[in-house]
Amino acid sequence: MTLFRNVVFIAALAGLCAGIVLAALQSFATVPLILQAETFENAGEAAPHDHGTPAAGEQAVAPHSHDHDEEGWAPADGFERFFFTAAANALSGIGFGLVLLAVSELSGGISSWRNGLFWGFAGFAVFTLAPGLGLPPELPAMPAADLVARQVWWVGTVIATAAGLWLIAFRKSLPLAALGVALIVLPHVIGAPQPESHESPVPADLHHSFVVAVTITNLVFWLVLGAVAGMIRSRFLGQPALRGSFA
Amino acid sequence: MNSVTQTLGADVSSASKFMQLAMAGLLGVFVVGFLGFSHMEVVHNAGHDYRHSLAFPCH
Repeated sequence: MTLFRNVVFIAALAGLCAGIVLAALQSFATVPLILQAETFENAGEAAPHDHGTPAAGEQAVAPHSHDHDEEGWAPADGFERFFFTAAANALSGIGFGLVLLAVSELSGGISSWRNGLFWGFAGFAVFTLAPGLGLPPELPAMPAADLVARQVWWVGTVIATAAGLWLIAFRKSLPLAALGVALIVLPHVIGAPQPESHESPVPADLHHSFVVAVTITNLVFWLVLGAVAGMIRSRFLGQPALRGSFA
Repeated sequence: MNSVTQTLGADVSSASKFMQLAMAGLLGVFVVGFLGFSHMEVVHNAGHDYRHSLAFPCH
């Protein structure tokens, strides 16, 4: 189980680094926009809870303003909410790290931090760019199609894009490369589930800022993840003593 | 040295290598799937800002 242990070790370290970087970036790039959008969500709710809907820009004072139509526990706004967001980022960094490491080891491994940047670009393309074309990052209060249908399209797009990129990068054959391109294009020909109407209380410029913020923060996340993974991996292989201690 | 084909697992058979990597990859898919896709309310509420910020389908 040496290989499994080493992969988990590198994924944990790199994922933690990248996840913490992402959480820090989100706290000033994306989360403020989410909070701003929630004021429209609360305003749109109108009658049921009359919290006096404060003017836009000022966060609504409802304690659980972000779980408008759900009952049940939610972290309190402020530190608790940030803590859970950061923890989710760190954990998902490790999860994405495991996937990245597993796939890259099957294809020869990430040989250096520079090589890791390219793996990071691939991860970004697969997990952010491709699904984000059909299903742009959403803010609260925005209309959306059925949740399960969107999740199915999202997963299918990720798998098709990953398979397509892999065929192009690792199979040195023109027909297979063409198949790869077709796989990458296919989900967008099928098309993502869209809401019946795109009419939304959220202003278009706020949504646009959010799409840019999400895309760029995720790009940085993937680049850090790939580069750190490549750096740690090459240290593993470069030092026989270290390598032995983990073998 | 054969730096091109060096892997992290020293000398494992290719079947064992594949199994171990598949396990690691599945573990990762499980972690991300739980955080980003679980319909459990508690998970959704706790990870709300995270899900929006990673553009997972939400709500």
